[in-house]
Amino acid sequence: MEEMMYVSISPHIRAKEDTRSIMRDVLIALCPAVVASVLIFGFRALLVEAFCVVCCVALELVFERICKRPSTIGDLSAAVTGLILALNLPVSIPLWQALVGCAVAIVVVKQLFGGIGHNFANPAMTGRIVMFLAFSSAMATWAPAATNPAAGLGSWYSPATVDAVATATPLRYLKDGALGGDYTILRLFLGTVGGSLGETSALALLIGGCYLIYRKVISWHTPVAFICTVFVLSLLKGGASFAAAEIFAGGLFLGAIFMATDYATTPSTSAGRVVFGIGCGLITCLIRFFGSYPEGVSFSILLMNILTPYISKWTMSKPLGGVKQ
Amino acid sequence: MGIKLLPGVHAPHRKNTADMEPVRMPPPAVVKIPMSMNIGRPATPIVKPGQKVAVGEKIGEAGGFVSSPIFASVSGTVKKIEDVLLFHGGTCPAVVIESDGEQTLFEGLQAPEVTDFDSFINAVAASGVVGLGGAGFPTAVKLKADPAKVDFICVNGAECEPYITADTRTMLDNSERLVKGMRMLYDYYKPEHVWIGIEDNKPKAISRLKELAARIDGVDVYPLPAMYPQGGEKVLIHNITGRVVPEGKLPLDVGCIVVNPTTLVTIVRFIETGMPLVEKVLTVDGSAIKNPQNVIVPIGTSLRDVAEFTGGFREPPKKIIMGGPMMGIAVPGLDEVVIKNTNALLFLNAKDAVLPEPTPCIKCGRCIAHCPLHLMPADIETAFQMNKPEDLKALKVNLCMECGCCSYICPARRPLVQTNKLAKGVLNAYNAKLKADAEKKAAKEAAGKEASA
Repeated sequence: MEEMMYVSISPHIRAKEDTRSIMRDVLIALCPAVVASVLIFGFRALLVEAFCVVCCVALELVFERICKRPSTIGDLSAAVTGLILALNLPVSIPLWQALVGCAVAIVVVKQLFGGIGHNFANPAMTGRIVMFLAFSSAMATWAPAATNPAAGLGSWYSPATVDAVATATPLRYLKDGALGGDYTILRLFLGTVGGSLGETSALALLIGGCYLIYRKVISWHTPVAFICTVFVLSLLKGGASFAAAEIFAGGLFLGAIFMATDYATTPSTSAGRVVFGIGCGLITCLIRFFGSYPEGVSFSILLMNILTPYISKWTMSKPLGGVKQ
Repeated sequence: MGIKLLPGVHAPHRKNTADMEPVRMPPPAVVKIPMSMNIGRPATPIVKPGQKVAVGEKIGEAGGFVSSPIFASVSGTVKKIEDVLLFHGGTCPAVVIESDGEQTLFEGLQAPEVTDFDSFINAVAASGVVGLGGAGFPTAVKLKADPAKVDFICVNGAECEPYITADTRTMLDNSERLVKGMRMLYDYYKPEHVWIGIEDNKPKAISRLKELAARIDGVDVYPLPAMYPQGGEKVLIHNITGRVVPEGKLPLDVGCIVVNPTTLVTIVRFIETGMPLVEKVLTVDGSAIKNPQNVIVPIGTSLRDVAEFTGGFREPPKKIIMGGPMMGIAVPGLDEVVIKNTNALLFLNAKDAVLPEPTPCIKCGRCIAHCPLHLMPADIETAFQMNKPEDLKALKVNLCMECGCCSYICPARRPLVQTNKLAKGVLNAYNAKLKADAEKKAAKEAAGKEASA
């Protein structure tokens, strides 16, 4: 008797990219930001990043074991969440607080809503917001950055201020109307300023963003709409140099490129992504200009995450040849 | 030209056999010719066991208007008429002919007299041709259109499925007949233009046909970027003419006719020589096959005989596909036979036969971005799982042409096009119920009116 053949419905071939390769690309795209964080803030940056990645993966594994669900750590999405969360934290963050953030991200925001693809809010960003509200002083303790990145190499904290003193971030100055201290737009672009680990270097994030767009992991729509909206509104408020400082300062690039493009929590059509980006830019500017917090990127993305189902509904793609009935 | 081309996927081309001129296979010992090889009604067998037949002799009479006659592909003796299982699960009679190996031509073969539109259509019907690109719709029924309504005729030389080069070979090896056929269409329909759309991964076919078409008015080559499913009927019409076939309408409703090049060449061959459709050029390829090549095969030959003729297998085949890997049908075994609209046989090894398991949807939107018809497969899947036919209606799943781009591109390996097929069934049942309810209501109201009157 001849061997049986496999039968299945077409198509009989699949593209190479799968969930795992997409998440791997995101991790690769975050590498420049990781390198920048070590150069700017010292080696403890790497510790925080590694810690968060390990925590997120372990939490996902344990939670899925307890719930008797198949393990999804192989798709690398938990590792991405961990790394993005870490890049949103200051270098001096106590590790137990980082663990709380990871637990919120993976267990509460992701797994309790059904795991990958089912969460309505971005896990890393919601984890950051919870930490921001719960550990407000630790989360706002910005270690001064190395002005000369090479000096950061080899030191634990850089420049070795073990008791990190809070420094005014560029956004704090911008809140008062203009860039102050010894901050320059070039320094903002390169990232040698105080801030979260991965948010300061717009250059590193831009390299990662270009890689993701080149690899077709993300589309340009959300980041461009988001950043342009912030730029235009800032231009109207305070002129060109103010606008340039606004887009390079704070977590705008990190949020626009890596968090506002999260698949599950943002619209999936191009039109929807533009609307989403514009909405994020608008809310960010409202908070930055009129709110009591200096930064509004994460809140803006969270609010727009909540609106995503409605945006998706309004921007449904129009079937070719479809007739209204 | 300013037409924004529809999206699709860049499936691997794998046109390994593009430069291989097809080899004619000697007749196998036995052929089994099913009487249903087209969309529409099956043909009725008109031969009896024991009867001698010759190549080109009619063995099945068209079973109605949307049907097509069937001819013996080998000379020999009819052994029996038995029921065979079709792909969609039904059965139909098949004529089994034992070949005498002579391939004697039927004496009654004679070229039809084609002088005007009506005699042209009659010739097409008599040739037994159905849509050879894969659809299998009787060509005469499609071509029987009011010529005044036809603005464009698009010959579909896209051949966008990976592996398949059968049409490519037809375009190269029968280019004169093809151009003659295009000119015939131009004469009988008087459209603005007869185009042949060819993907730019077939430069030889493009330059050969350009050379021939340059000498003839009204006939031109239209190179298109290689992008699956460029050869989808609606996609080809849109990408060449800019016209959109609306929901529930046919290409003819927007002034277009699409014909496959092999179909056209077969028609011209019949008009020239009287030889109806009895054999097919097939691409035989896939990871399990030893010598990938193009072969000319009598209709009704078993896949086993075709594979043996090409030199057998490199590895044991684990999946057999009739057609391309994007839309072809996986068949249960080597005893299946080549039918009119078969254009490729792919034999896949164990590694290629098994597809990855689905994982949860990550809502990346690739299925939407790559759907040529701008549908939303991920949303259709959700609506199907939640059993919401009204949502399926709004999402227009009925428009899906089942090209498979969504399933191909999905990084979570979701069975999206497969779900679309199931969802169409749910939607049809829902529409039928709505219609029945409306009729019942109307009948009730009418009865009420009568009673009050």
